Amino acid sequence: MQGDRETMGSTLIEKILSDHSAIDLGDRRRLIYIDRIFLHERTGSIALQSLQESGRQVARPQQVFCTMDHIVDTFPGRGDETLMPSGTQFIQATRKEAHHAGIHLFDVRDENQGIAHVVAAEQGIALPGLTLVCPDSHTCTLGGLGALAWGIGSTEAEHALTTRTLELRIAKTLRVNFEGTLGFGVTAKDMILHLIAQHGADGGAGYVVEFAGSAIRALDVEQRMTLCNMAVEFSAVSGLIAPDEKTIDYVRDRPFSPKGEQWDKAVAYWQQLRSDDDAVFDREISIDVSTIAPAISWGINPEQTIAVDASIPAPIGEKSAYMQKAIDYIKLKPGTPIAGTPIDAAFIGSCTNSRLSDLRAVAEFLQDKHIAPGVAAVCVPGSTQVKRAAEAEGLHLIFQRAGFEWRESGCSMCFYAGGETFGAGKRVVSTTNRNFENRQGPGVKTHIASPLTVAASAVAGAITDPRQMLTEQAPTRREHQL
Amino acid sequence: MSIEPFTVHTGVAAPMLQANIDTDAIIPSREMKLVSKQGLGEGLFAAWRYKLPGSREINPDFILNTPPYENTTILLGGPNFGCGSSREHAVWALAEYGIRAIIAPGFGSIFYNNCIGNGLLPVVLSEATIRRLAQAIEASPQQQKLRVDLQQQQVCTPQGDCFAFTIEKDARDMLLNGLDRIGATLQYQTQIDAFEKEDRKRRSWAYL
Ligand code: SF4
Repeated sequence: MQGDRETMGSTLIEKILSDHSAIDLGDRRRLIYIDRIFLHERTGSIALQSLQESGRQVARPQQVFCTMDHIVDTFPGRGDETLMPSGTQFIQATRKEAHHAGIHLFDVRDENQGIAHVVAAEQGIALPGLTLVCPDSHTCTLGGLGALAWGIGSTEAEHALTTRTLELRIAKTLRVNFEGTLGFGVTAKDMILHLIAQHGADGGAGYVVEFAGSAIRALDVEQRMTLCNMAVEFSAVSGLIAPDEKTIDYVRDRPFSPKGEQWDKAVAYWQQLRSDDDAVFDREISIDVSTIAPAISWGINPEQTIAVDASIPAPIGEKSAYMQKAIDYIKLKPGTPIAGTPIDAAFIGSCTNSRLSDLRAVAEFLQDKHIAPGVAAVCVPGSTQVKRAAEAEGLHLIFQRAGFEWRESGCSMCFYAGGETFGAGKRVVSTTNRNFENRQGPGVKTHIASPLTVAASAVAGAITDPRQMLTEQAPTRREHQL
Repeated sequence: MSIEPFTVHTGVAAPMLQANIDTDAIIPSREMKLVSKQGLGEGLFAAWRYKLPGSREINPDFILNTPPYENTTILLGGPNFGCGSSREHAVWALAEYGIRAIIAPGFGSIFYNNCIGNGLLPVVLSEATIRRLAQAIEASPQQQKLRVDLQQQQVCTPQGDCFAFTIEKDARDMLLNGLDRIGATLQYQTQIDAFEKEDRKRRSWAYL
């Protein structure tokens, strides 16, 4: 098979890889040139520090960026002090190392600060066809722009920083074709959750995934990033989507995107950047998106996801022991519908679903609504720029009137490191990407879902199918227009 | 940077066969207290190993806390071991605790690379084989040790049954010799410079 590759068309993935193939190491191994490196204060500080200790340099500091997102608090007026014990040390060490290395830092009070993967897109740092790495597993988010972006460890980050290259150990390519039209109230988040539920949390192991098909083309660029964000929850090395006119419009005129003549060159390159019609993938999966319902996780891994109108599955089959473990943790009964499960809290945020379009969709839904009594609800914009843009449109007022807290940008309650949490053992519906045990705090029971499902559940005080509320809303709207 | 070479290792193996043991479980975020690669062993599997979150009160039921599995150096894992967060702290914590090899049907890809960069051997074997390995040692784990041989690329039970595994040649070389990949790549410095120079002409728009 492999030998025929030369005569066959190439995949998008192979095109990007071969344009970045700096050194052929033999044995089908190669060093890939890395165009951009992004760091954050939790794992970047250690990489920079360790690099410096070994007497090595950052080779191209102008292509390296760093943000404060993971540990920094998101309360108004926040600074270096953090709820997380010893968080200040991470923030200050990162600042010191970043200045020393001469890299661009989006510091705590910088107007462009935000979650790494949100900032990288917003600032034009990530672009179609570029290679980008970050010591953070959700770097694949940027595949939504057509970049080949993947998460690495700290040692690999040091390797990329000082050698400008990395070896990408991949054997295989997988294309997931999403065809058809999404139903009302169904989003990109539901598409990716559906894929993971159908094919397992390790369904993409060993593959780089290209997401394609008419339903992908129909998504706006921010939704594509939501979808690619969770490629890592599918155990894929990364996921990406070929750039098109929507992508090109999206990256135009961003602070670090090419300008003038360079822009024209870039566009010419991007316009041919897609898999050839006769490209062969090692594996293909096709999904008719019209069959997808709003999805919500019921267990302790994203593969443990069902339609919001379905019931908690019985622990049977080859995964029964694991399912039982999840049931014991999440404290729900097999056979009961997940809708109607009372919740303690709702979280809108994270690199999965915290961009302006997400906040607009939720705000539109929350107009004239209020969250249920006893529910704690928090919205954390993905970047300071997203926050400002949302405020300029008055979205924060809608969130606040509905009973949401409106915060500064950061990772916030997406993960627990001794800092922000809704409290031990709480049941949270969340737009984040991981429902692992204790991910959002000790004993916290996380249900991941789309922003619409989270908002609907917050309003109802229990897990709710957003389609019900959306249809309820329709007549009222019509009345307004009369 | 010095990495302990891995050639052959014989040790106590503990079965933790559950699927999807993620890096948050291997080292919870709140255990990553310092900007350091050290001091993480104590936080290994903290949520399971200790009774209360953040406490150091031993949970006597957790496998690595039970006498038969004292001094465990080999983990038998389930599918997708080390999935989730990219935190290399998971590997540093395992290594500091004393784990030298993990045998699982599959690994999270970032975790897998992190293992190799730190001298921890990830061995891929089928679920059925791993169940047999677990059975071979369960009667008395302290006496019935597993032997993991990277040179011969096989895992052997105390009864003498051996199971072959494959591993990428470069990963094997790195582990056998305790190599630092950065040092190895820096030998190509001039070629990388040359690539960059050419690439700057072809993809000038990509450079800042
Ligand atoms: S928002 Fe959550 S998933 Fe995204 S980078 Fe931050 S901690 Fe990681």
